Amino acid sequence: MDVANRTNTAAGGEPKILAFCCNWCTYTGADLAGLNRMKYPANVRVVRVPCSGRVNPQFILRAFARGADGVVVCGCHPGDCHYATGNFFTRRRFMLMRGLLEFNGIDPRRFHARWISGSEAAKFRDFVSEVCAIVKGLGHE
Amino acid sequence: MSRIGVFVCHCGTNLASVVDVEKVAAAARELPGVSYAAEYKYMCSEPGQQMILDAIAEHGLKRIVIASCSPRMHETTFRKMLKKSGVNEYLLEIANIREQVSWVHTDSGVATEKAVDLVRMAVAKVAKDEPLKASSIPITKRALVVGGGIAGIQAALDIADAGHEVWLLEREPSIGGRMVMLDKTFPTLDCSACISTPKMVDMSAHPNIKLLTSCEVAAVRGYIGNFTVTIRQKAKYVNQDICTGCGNCEEKCPVKVKSDFNKGLSDRPAIYRLFPQAVPAKPVIDRAHCLKLTKDRCGLCEKVCPLGCIDYADEDREYDETFGAVVLATGYGLCDWTAMYDEYGAGRFADVIDGLAFERLVNASGPTEGHIVRPSDGAEPKTVVLVKCVGSRDPKKGKPWCSRACCMYAAKHAHQILEKIPGARVFVFYIDVRTPGKNYEEFYDQTRKDGAVYVRGRVSRIYKEGGRLICQGEDSLLGKQVRVAADLVVLETAMEPAAGARETAALFGASADANGWLQEAHPKLRPVETQAGGVFLAGTCQGPKDIPDTVAQASGAAAKAIGLLNKDEMETSPMIVAVDEAKCSGCGACVDICPFGALSLEILTAREGRWERAERFVCKVNAGLCQGCGACTVACRTGAIDLRGFRNVQILEEIDALWT
Repeated sequence: MDVANRTNTAAGGEPKILAFCCNWCTYTGADLAGLNRMKYPANVRVVRVPCSGRVNPQFILRAFARGADGVVVCGCHPGDCHYATGNFFTRRRFMLMRGLLEFNGIDPRRFHARWISGSEAAKFRDFVSEVCAIVKGLGHE
Repeated sequence: MSRIGVFVCHCGTNLASVVDVEKVAAAARELPGVSYAAEYKYMCSEPGQQMILDAIAEHGLKRIVIASCSPRMHETTFRKMLKKSGVNEYLLEIANIREQVSWVHTDSGVATEKAVDLVRMAVAKVAKDEPLKASSIPITKRALVVGGGIAGIQAALDIADAGHEVWLLEREPSIGGRMVMLDKTFPTLDCSACISTPKMVDMSAHPNIKLLTSCEVAAVRGYIGNFTVTIRQKAKYVNQDICTGCGNCEEKCPVKVKSDFNKGLSDRPAIYRLFPQAVPAKPVIDRAHCLKLTKDRCGLCEKVCPLGCIDYADEDREYDETFGAVVLATGYGLCDWTAMYDEYGAGRFADVIDGLAFERLVNASGPTEGHIVRPSDGAEPKTVVLVKCVGSRDPKKGKPWCSRACCMYAAKHAHQILEKIPGARVFVFYIDVRTPGKNYEEFYDQTRKDGAVYVRGRVSRIYKEGGRLICQGEDSLLGKQVRVAADLVVLETAMEPAAGARETAALFGASADANGWLQEAHPKLRPVETQAGGVFLAGTCQGPKDIPDTVAQASGAAAKAIGLLNKDEMETSPMIVAVDEAKCSGCGACVDICPFGALSLEILTAREGRWERAERFVCKVNAGLCQGCGACTVACRTGAIDLRGFRNVQILEEIDALWT
């Protein structure tokens, strides 16, 4: 998978970051960021999922294969999952995922996970900005 | 052909001022499967909805994408609209181009490009949507109110009066909360106890209300309509069924403990009731201080009890009950200024007290029977300094919020001092005076006319000099340092969320904001609801407020709970998992993952001939238990289990749409 060459940054454009956000916490937090008119880079595209535990590793690989410059998975804080245990699975999968990405030749710094609650609008803004800066810094491999 | 219709909303100028909505609609027309695209000022409005319905009829649209605000805002609105159209209401996707685009980005070009991307994703997803049908589950017609302050009391009474069963749970041995600690209430100066205790008695006598005191929520399972709550009943050591509340035990108990209710200004025994008008009017034993329970000595209360109510062997116990709706009314605490304000003596000076302690001092049923005296020597203070915003509006102390009620209760304190102590002088240090409420400004004005001196500035230091307390601070209107020698200083301290409120709310799936106040579903339009269905907020747990606002919000929360309980059945989301039995290998990996026990393995007879019979395991979904998280879909090795509305193929299409 020659991923790096397909990324938007490689083509000189703005990087695109795909964000999987759980409906109950992070999607709500992102909405709150909007409500508070917080500003963050426009590079992020959010896919709404019911729970971060719904995010199949296949989705992440597909995003990188298609040309994503970065992928993030966000959910409720551990212990606060709307479905009790979904984000525990996310946490375990995340650790394995980084290894799998590296094995596939994708810089694991392009993949991040963060717990952002429905009230942590500023955290969402900061996280998106941070990942965007990291991905821009990585540029063309 | 998918015959997809795309409708782009302007949201007045919310969207259109940043996003080029016409360009978005034009781009949508070029997308595969889209046969119609339009834009309009307000899609959610009646003409907007009619426009969509007309377009569906005219162009034979089969699937709808609406590019507008967050789906959390209007997804249900548009689903309801589709019910009138003949298009299944689940063949709908929302592209969130307000909260995620126009409100967070400023560059029109970039924002429009992102909006087009989000529409492209929604179109790709909607093309793979399936028609779904909601099912329904019965609702448990009983409400739980957590917290027995005025908010909880009002909510419980309203729900009970509407004919529904209510259980009210309070962690203290009596209901009443903070309001019963107060003396008079602004701006009308009616006595707090006189207006709240009759409500407490109504509560205990109401046939639809069951009162649980000394109780806590230990655990919660289930969802809106059916919450199974594990209630922890703390040991009271007094048989509440037999006790008549005669009070012999309280008189004889030799232990003296500082009374929390009187803010440490008086003592209480170890077997006690919170205050004389407590409901229920029966004592409990404080296990931390009882000599019998701590050292196995004494036992006096058991000897003097004429009915044999005392039970030292009583234990905490837990039991489960089911409720359809929950009202959280966990209230507030006062910030512990002694830990935060070393400059005010951090509690070293007996005559520096907080506002609630002043309420007890001035209260006719308080420790001094309503005489305002110095706690140190019992003398009547001639000069009193009131310091506002102690812990409020102080980001350096981690409390940026305004506590809202302090300006008014400080004015009330000033009024009471001037009224009760002839010749007294009152100085009020303030940052601003905020009096938004009916008759509030008039009350404040009168207090100044009565002689209260308002000094604009924070007190920077309080120290002792010659037996008096010197309050030093800047008068920012004069631009000078001022010093006032006071006999008594009252710190009008900040409200903060009650201890444990965040944790209790989390058990029900409700969250708290950065400051710990419980989070409403929408700050303006859904102020009493939480993100957790069936869980409502009443009173100061949601944010600082005064009594009228608390009572109004409690009635609002009650109305929401009543609306829910009036239904016999509730529609459940059809967005749950489904198993393709042909693909299922019966491995059971999904069964272990499901937190709700919604999945099980059952035997499927695959083939049955005259001589042979092939059986295998397949996964079955219990539609009543599945909540639609989709964790199982990731574990499924064969891809047999998939989440309706968020199927693998839909999410993959969304991803692909971004890079085509």
